[in-house]
Amino acid sequence: MSKWWWIPNTFRGEDTRPLRLISVLLFLLIWEGAALLANIPQLFPTPVAVVVALGQLLVAPGPQGMVWAGELMGNTLISLWRVIVGFALAAVTGILLGIIIGWWRNARDLLEPVIEILRPIPPLAWIPLAMLWFGLGFKPAVFLIWLGAFFPILLNTVLGMENTPHKLIEVARTLGAGPRQILFKVGVPSAAPSIMAGLRIGIGVGWMCLVAAELTGSNSGLGYMIMYYYSTMEAAKTVAGMLMIGIVGYLMFIGLKKLEDNILFWKAA
Amino acid sequence: MSVKKLIIDGVTKTFLEKKGGTSTIALRDFNLDIGEGEFVCLVGPSGCGKTTLLKLVAGLEQVSSGYIYLDGKPVTAPGPDRGLVFQDFALFPWRDVTDNVAFGPEVLKVPLAERLRTAEHCIDLVGLSGSGHKYPSELSGGMKQRVAIARALANNPEVLLMDEPFGSLDAQTRNQMQNELLRIWQDNKKAVVFVTHSVEEAVYLSNRVVVMTGSPGTVKQIYSVELSYPRSRADHGFISLREKITGCMAEECR
Repeated sequence: MSKWWWIPNTFRGEDTRPLRLISVLLFLLIWEGAALLANIPQLFPTPVAVVVALGQLLVAPGPQGMVWAGELMGNTLISLWRVIVGFALAAVTGILLGIIIGWWRNARDLLEPVIEILRPIPPLAWIPLAMLWFGLGFKPAVFLIWLGAFFPILLNTVLGMENTPHKLIEVARTLGAGPRQILFKVGVPSAAPSIMAGLRIGIGVGWMCLVAAELTGSNSGLGYMIMYYYSTMEAAKTVAGMLMIGIVGYLMFIGLKKLEDNILFWKAA
Repeated sequence: MSVKKLIIDGVTKTFLEKKGGTSTIALRDFNLDIGEGEFVCLVGPSGCGKTTLLKLVAGLEQVSSGYIYLDGKPVTAPGPDRGLVFQDFALFPWRDVTDNVAFGPEVLKVPLAERLRTAEHCIDLVGLSGSGHKYPSELSGGMKQRVAIARALANNPEVLLMDEPFGSLDAQTRNQMQNELLRIWQDNKKAVVFVTHSVEEAVYLSNRVVVMTGSPGTVKQIYSVELSYPRSRADHGFISLREKITGCMAEECR
């Protein structure tokens, strides 16, 4: 009894926010201290310097065609547009192909070998080819995002379709459903949770691929921006850009989670 | 009871094993006639082919030899004239109660207003009035099975096939559901083929109890239950018949 606090979760309040706030503050404190100790502001900026850099980037003129938005928001919008287009393409192609492969054994045997060969190639390994084919900027970035998001979406859709409970198919058949009705009224809805999981993973991978594509194959976007300030040795602005990449990625994840909760409302109860 | 609704004539079902190419005989030369509006229970040891027989009648499996006729027409594929109820309910979790029940009429392209009316009627019939908007995850086991029964009834089938429908329910809910089922059956007088482990359940519910032998499954003995509804489990005739059938089944297990 003496060491009750040693038992997990015995001393735990209703409100988890204080602990979470402490986590963030502690991180910033350690960062600030370490940066001050190191005392090389061009390479290792303090949090305060990053906030200042964020302010500067917000007011600086934006990239070509986006001057009005400011440097930070302009590049963010450019990156966001690329990821939206690439992700939308990946969602449409991945889900469609996943439904086909997951539902018909013959389609699976026909397509799976090729997919299994292509899948282990990291999307980043496609960057050189993407630049050869599509040059710089929008197109190679969209191609890489599509490539990165496609496989998780495809594989999760296949998994969801294959795991359609056999009992549900049998019940639908006894109730008079034909093959097409079984596919669309049983298979697809039953795979929906798995498809949504694939989309969630896909947008994460897509976002990573975007930044990687912009680091090398672009002259705009958040990835390009942080690389640019590497070359000018302005680490505070690089970190500010990294922060934005993290925030946008998080917001996209949250948005998709909200969408998922709306589509899969029947699982919640 | 004189009109034959469902005829199962010399049905044999063998399954080919995927590995080794051997085959198992699940049913051998199974014969049974079921009358218009008759309630028949199948009892027998586990793995005696009770479920296989139901699936054959439902059209989900094909007979290896023999014939199954419904209203004189051979059964080859699933159809809305036979409603199937599984032990584990098999509800569509993404559809609420109304849409689960309306699934049959929906795939049969019944107009929306009419199928909603049908669904509401069937939901009322199984005692779930007012729960149409609930999702399966919000329902208890007993309620889920009521939905499954309502869904099977929505197509107005000629025969209701039930595969241990109350097997996963607690004793109290089970008794309640048995009475509900009898009420529904006495209302619409459709034929029911009911698979169960429980001899007591079989004697309580049915007009005839079919005892099956172990694998390969075939008819060992058929008992008529000449007790009037509603039946009492404490009744002398009930107990003696239950013991007789239990004895018959016990022979089979030896």
